Amino acid sequence: MKINTMAEMMANGETPEILFWVGCAGSFDQRAQKITKAFATILTKVGLKFAILGKEEACTGDPARRAGNEFLFQMMAYQNIQVLNGYNIKKIVTTCPHCFNTLKNEYPELGGRYEVIHHTTLLQELINEGKIVMKEGGSFKGKKISYHDSCYLGRANDIYEAPRKVLEALDAELVEMKRCRTNGLCCGAGGAQMFKEDEPGTSRINMDRADEALETGAKFIAAACPFCNTMMSDGVKNREKESEVAVLDIAEMIAESMV
Amino acid sequence: MEYLQQALFVLMAISAIYLFAKKVGEIRRNIFLGKALDLSDNAAIRWKNLLLLAMGQKKMFKNIPVALMHFIIYAGFIIINIEVLEIVLDGILGTHRLFLPLLGGIYNWLINIFEVLALGVLVVCVLFLARRNWLKLKRFVSKDLNGWPKTDANFILITEIILMSLFLIMNAADQLLQQNGAEHYAVTGSFSISSFLMPLFEGFSNSTLIGIERTAWWIHIAGIFAFLNYLPYSKHLHIALAFPNAYYAKLDSPGKINNMPEVQNEVLYAMQPELAPANAAPPASFGAKDVFDLSWKNLLDAYSCTECGRCTAECPANITGKLLSPRKIMMATRDRLEEVGKNINQNKSFIQDGKSLLHDYISVEELRACTTCNACVEACPVSISPLDIIVELRRSLIMEESNAPQEWNSTFSNIENNFAPWKFSPDDRDKWASEMAS
Repeated sequence: MKINTMAEMMANGETPEILFWVGCAGSFDQRAQKITKAFATILTKVGLKFAILGKEEACTGDPARRAGNEFLFQMMAYQNIQVLNGYNIKKIVTTCPHCFNTLKNEYPELGGRYEVIHHTTLLQELINEGKIVMKEGGSFKGKKISYHDSCYLGRANDIYEAPRKVLEALDAELVEMKRCRTNGLCCGAGGAQMFKEDEPGTSRINMDRADEALETGAKFIAAACPFCNTMMSDGVKNREKESEVAVLDIAEMIAESMV
Repeated sequence: MEYLQQALFVLMAISAIYLFAKKVGEIRRNIFLGKALDLSDNAAIRWKNLLLLAMGQKKMFKNIPVALMHFIIYAGFIIINIEVLEIVLDGILGTHRLFLPLLGGIYNWLINIFEVLALGVLVVCVLFLARRNWLKLKRFVSKDLNGWPKTDANFILITEIILMSLFLIMNAADQLLQQNGAEHYAVTGSFSISSFLMPLFEGFSNSTLIGIERTAWWIHIAGIFAFLNYLPYSKHLHIALAFPNAYYAKLDSPGKINNMPEVQNEVLYAMQPELAPANAAPPASFGAKDVFDLSWKNLLDAYSCTECGRCTAECPANITGKLLSPRKIMMATRDRLEEVGKNINQNKSFIQDGKSLLHDYISVEELRACTTCNACVEACPVSISPLDIIVELRRSLIMEESNAPQEWNSTFSNIENNFAPWKFSPDDRDKWASEMAS
């Protein structure tokens, strides 16, 4: 499967329908790379013409800005906007809610104006349009799935329905955690916490959240963010439940279940 | 004698209002110590927020029983103020139940509504007092509230219970005086709630009843004036500031962190020096070290906080035992702002006191625990953003003090040099794609 970069497309005189912003986790983290590959596979299967920036992509600056390093954020934003505007990008899809939030909400006033959608929203659209068709009796049919709301998708951007609608297409049994939607509990990674040790406390946020997910009795914990995915996987592993409960991105579940 | 009472009343009213206005002026001044921020846009959306969030108390209704109880106090407070208007006019004019001849039959009906509300307020205040002190709800036993804040909360509830009781006692004595045909006590018809209190005073002489009625009347109105002046020192100030705070609530996506145009420009001029103005002065400081560096909306937030702790109860850091409590962030901001205000009152303008919001009131450990998840912002019924303040203080820590944990310094240098928060080669960014091709 050939994944085109913007540079390659430009060279061939082609324009993609959408730019797939992979993000740092999706590019480098071994676990998140699987999500990236699953999503790229879906896009290829449905025949959506997309491109990536490849080596020209750089961190959006989300963790730097939230840690308080505005200079670094502004440098990354400047650089990325130069590249994106240089390619005259109109529409971006991303599998990371942090990239999504920064590109959608923080770049416009810095001169980067694009239509930005999260991959769960795009997947929902593709399902609604009949472009994604599920296999008969897929591996999630009738199974209990619990969806963990990502803060930067939910509270930050009011996207609660799209991921759930996509999961419904799997014909699975959706079970909600005690805290969900607007009350959803953070996985503990946001605000640059992913990149440092926890402050002293009585427990870890991802452990508390993993416990909530395990309490539902779900066999699958669905995530829509590579960082949530890591945090929830670590929590499940810590409770020694990784052989019974899988933490999967919604894109991985769809890639596995579609025709 | 009558004129003396009127004069006394007018004196009391004027001093109460004068003192209140003076303190309101100080609070206004303190709020505008904050940095300028233009929030004059989108008036239609802002009015809608005011109606829904402040008047309609939309976010309170996440917990319906509590929301209903809170609504009873709120509605009672507003509607009973109509009765306070009559009491004030009676006090000034030396009349008794001034509105009775004007309203005729409606008067009895109105007082009945006030009495039902008064009973409602009284009952709810008793329940809230019990909930706060005996139910051991986590957000009410928190160490955030140790000392004065806990007393403040109880004092408010007890005062309201006393005020409502006085109103009902006053009406009960009044009805007995009416029955006895006492002079000046015009017949109003029976009152639904206070009539149950009448047996308490059965058989009392008219002069004793007048004594009870007058004493209740005076303590009630004096209590209201005193409470008015207590408000600005109390968490109860939210009854006023919730309204402007909802109006000026953030309209952007909650995930958007406020831009720093001064840094944006610095970076732009570094990248494209030809755009830099000839005599561009570098910004004085970055982020917030003290209350002066926060926006006036952040400071309005601090005065609007009623310390309910819904933010802290939802905060993932606090839930897992970290030092951070969004409520405490707001309380600390108000405490520091009040201290600065006192400093200005004493010295005409602010004299450096060697203290700052950052470090002296809010510690690095608290700030470091935030995941920017917006749970506190979502939880706040009066549109406060503790997150905004946390980010501003973090900015000062990083950009002014270079105060970051070692891991963050590595993250920053990785982002700067490898364009990713981890130490991977930027050349491997699309390695996954080449793996798919093979």
